[in-house]
This record gives sequence, C-alpha cells and structure tokens, in this order.
Amino acid sequence: MSTNYEDRPRGGGGYDSDDDGDRRPMGGRGGGRRMHRRRVCRFCIDKVDLIDFKDVRLLQNYLPERGKILPRRISGNCATHQRMLAEAIKRARNIALLPYTTD
Amino acid sequence: MQTKRQYEVVFIVDPTGDEEVAKLTEGFSQIVTDQGGVIVKAETMGKRQLAYEINHHKDGTFVLLEIEGSGREIAELERRMRVNDRILRYLTVRVDEDRRRAEKLKDRRARKAAKRPSQGGHGSSSRRGAPMEFAEAAGE
Repeated sequence: MSTNYEDRPRGGGGYDSDDDGDRRPMGGRGGGRRMHRRRVCRFCIDKVDLIDFKDVRLLQNYLPERGKILPRRISGNCATHQRMLAEAIKRARNIALLPYTTD
Repeated sequence: MQTKRQYEVVFIVDPTGDEEVAKLTEGFSQIVTDQGGVIVKAETMGKRQLAYEINHHKDGTFVLLEIEGSGREIAELERRMRVNDRILRYLTVRVDEDRRRAEKLKDRRARKAAKRPSQGGHGSSSRRGAPMEFAEAAGE
C-alpha cells in the first residue's frame, strides 16, 4: 500500500548538505524536485481557536480518500492546530460522522 | 469543582419513527435536570448517513445536547443511554476548558492588536525567497 501524497521521496532532502556551501539540488533519480507550496496554517490565518468535531465539511478537507488524517507536512498546519484537528477528527470518527477507513 | 462544567453530548438514535426522537430527547433532558444539571441546548441534527455501519444500521438521527452541571448527571445519562437499545452510539465531550482556552487566546490576540496597530508585515521576503527561486530554476 502506498499513500502517495506527493511525488517526493521521504527523507531525501532536495539539497546536498555537505559543508562546501553550494546549495544546489541533488541530481539523479529525479530526487531534487521539491514541491513548494504555501506552507501556512490555514487555521492560524483564519484565527481559529476551536475546531468543532461536528463540522464535518471542514474536517473532510483533511481526510484523503483512504480516510487517514492528512499529515502536517502536507497540509502545512501548525502543531497546535494539527493537534486540535486530529482530536476533532477522532471524535467525529467515534460517532460515525467520519470513517475510520475507506476502501 | 466550584465552576460548572459544560458538556456536549451527541447521540445517535435508531431512525425508525421520527416523532419518538423528540420524546426520547425529552426523557433524557428530564434525567439531566433531575440530577441537577441544566440543559443549555437541545438540538436534533437530523437524520444522516453513518460513515460506517453500527449494529447493521446505515443511518441514524443525531441529537446534540449541551449540558451544564457537575458531571454526576453525565454519569446517569450515559448509563441510561447504554441500556437503551435505540441509542446506537453516544459521545460526551467536556467543552468548558477548551472554550475557556479559546477565549483566552482571543483576548490575547485582541490585546496584542490594540497594543501595536498594524505596523509592517514580516521581515523582507526577498532574502528568504532566494533559495527557492534557485531550486526552481535548477530543477527544470
């Protein structure tokens, strides 16, 4: 099973990090292709203080097809809001507003 | 212990017979008030499809209760719901702490905004943007 959120190998950073100071993308295997999107927490922008577990429409945005919680590294959420979001999703799952899994 | 706790209780009723839902909710509200709790809000969220089957039911009627009290009425309410066959599932969430926290954050933000009225944005973006631009150029 592969959850392909993004065409980016996990861990393999885009730059060589030896100390010669040149920051050039690593060549070969198409590894250097780094998707850069707006890495901002949407909840911080909207100044959300509380994420309601009954707000299915909102929570669904963070639940890809498989039904797993979208990781922070993809959504760009800040730690605080990711925690609130995860909690809300788990509550929603408990009362069958959201699925635990879909296949 | 002195401040009242606030809870949100959501439960799912087996959707056969809609007028009964109101009666059932009424009964539960009665239990809560008997135990010394206060019903802040009672709201039927309507019939909706369940995300997964519960006891071979594909859909259910969702009811939301907002309760203020000591916590004893919650225990009684949950006990009753567990016994009732028509309640497919229930979830109780204590909300007063989270709400207070949210309130505090809001206050802090308001105070911050009042203290220094919008002055400049973040640091200059040109420096931070540079490596990204380079990466983009080299990647192609």
